[in-house]
Amino acid sequence: MILENFDFDVILGSLPFLMKGLKVSFYLTFLALIGGIVFGTLLALMRVSKFKILSYISMTYVNFLRSMPLILVIFWFFFLVPLVIGRPIGGFYSAVIAFTMFEAAYYSEIIRAGLLSVSKNQIAAARATGLSYSQSMIHVILPQAFRNMVPILLTQAVILFQDTSLVYVVSLRDFMTTSVIVAQSQSRLVEMYIFAALVYFIICFAFSFMIKKLQNKREAQ
Amino acid sequence: MNYNWNWGVLFEQQYFDWIVSGTLWTLYLSIAASILAFVLGSVIGIMRTLENKVLRFIATTYVEIFRNIPLLVQMFLWYFVFPEVVSTDFGTWLKQDMPNPEFTSAFFCLGTYTASRVAEQVRSGINSISQGISQAGYATGLSTYQLYMNVLLPLAFRIIIPPMTSEFLTVFKNSSLALTIGLLELTARSNMVMDFTFQGFEAYTAATVIYVTITLIVTLLMQRVEDKTQIPGFIAKR
Repeated sequence: MILENFDFDVILGSLPFLMKGLKVSFYLTFLALIGGIVFGTLLALMRVSKFKILSYISMTYVNFLRSMPLILVIFWFFFLVPLVIGRPIGGFYSAVIAFTMFEAAYYSEIIRAGLLSVSKNQIAAARATGLSYSQSMIHVILPQAFRNMVPILLTQAVILFQDTSLVYVVSLRDFMTTSVIVAQSQSRLVEMYIFAALVYFIICFAFSFMIKKLQNKREAQ
Repeated sequence: MNYNWNWGVLFEQQYFDWIVSGTLWTLYLSIAASILAFVLGSVIGIMRTLENKVLRFIATTYVEIFRNIPLLVQMFLWYFVFPEVVSTDFGTWLKQDMPNPEFTSAFFCLGTYTASRVAEQVRSGINSISQGISQAGYATGLSTYQLYMNVLLPLAFRIIIPPMTSEFLTVFKNSSLALTIGLLELTARSNMVMDFTFQGFEAYTAATVIYVTITLIVTLLMQRVEDKTQIPGFIAKR
């Protein structure tokens, strides 16, 4: 049993390095979350648009991305982004783009469901008061849709945070990668991987718990 | 954009064989893990709907633990940590004599992780059945076991076919994580073709087409299963 000589010092000694990694994880989650919601909203609006071609493009994009593994998407973008831009822009921004494009496919489905959850009468009423289609979307439908979607968007954010650990496959130094680096260089795999699991668990569990509280509070209202 | 196209690279014997063997490993792993996830997930999902507090607590704890740790970390725990923390003899066997350690670890990892997601589907499937049916079942003298086997589960498993389809497809996509512990499945193989030939477009396109095609086939197949198993008048047609 190796647990008897569990080495806490290796964790304490490398905390500053690991914290840097954790910051990268959070930052990547944050940027991809914003990007994913913006692009996802655009995809959802295209999907419900009366122009068949826009709806079709959006549907194809979403179904395509959703049938690909995230790791393959990451490989694709790390290969494509420098090729398209013409120069390397660094792993971090390639990762931000890859996660934004990937998550947008999932967010757009959530947002579409949110749009459909707003009653049709609302848009009819908005149009009747003289608002244009885009005005009624922006001022009437989207605000209500987003209010309904907050819990599920946040749940998806927790999944996104877990997914960011996959940047390990392209050696971007997030919390996962820094944990692996410490584990391998100090030959302390057991300690580091259990520690990484604990840190991820505490963050995700606490966040999920808060989301549940928020949901209960809303239902009570 | 400067790029030298060479689709022929995919049909060179060596690379072609890589992609084929990668696809097969992806399929083996996904199917095996799906079966484990289905069986284990059903048990845990059912436990979450029972009256017994202890069983319910165990099931809830299981789901929370597996859902809140990234799959990649779980993969490392199964592959690197598990053999170290079990008894010395068993650990040594795991490390030295167990056949196909990468596949076996990935199988347990994906299966137990997905079970936590399947459990949630099974639970919500059972909970979506109206209380009146359970009460009617008890009133006719069924035991809890009989009620689940003959009434609730046959209904619940039909209701959850669509979400279960997407869970199976998630296993299929998540199987790519096995590359981090050295299993040469489809994504790993396509990346190897890229590393050897620098033909990233061709290599990744091959993998993408295979993933998308299999996803389509599974979706259509499950659609047929759904239509075939439908009880008229019971579950609304989509």
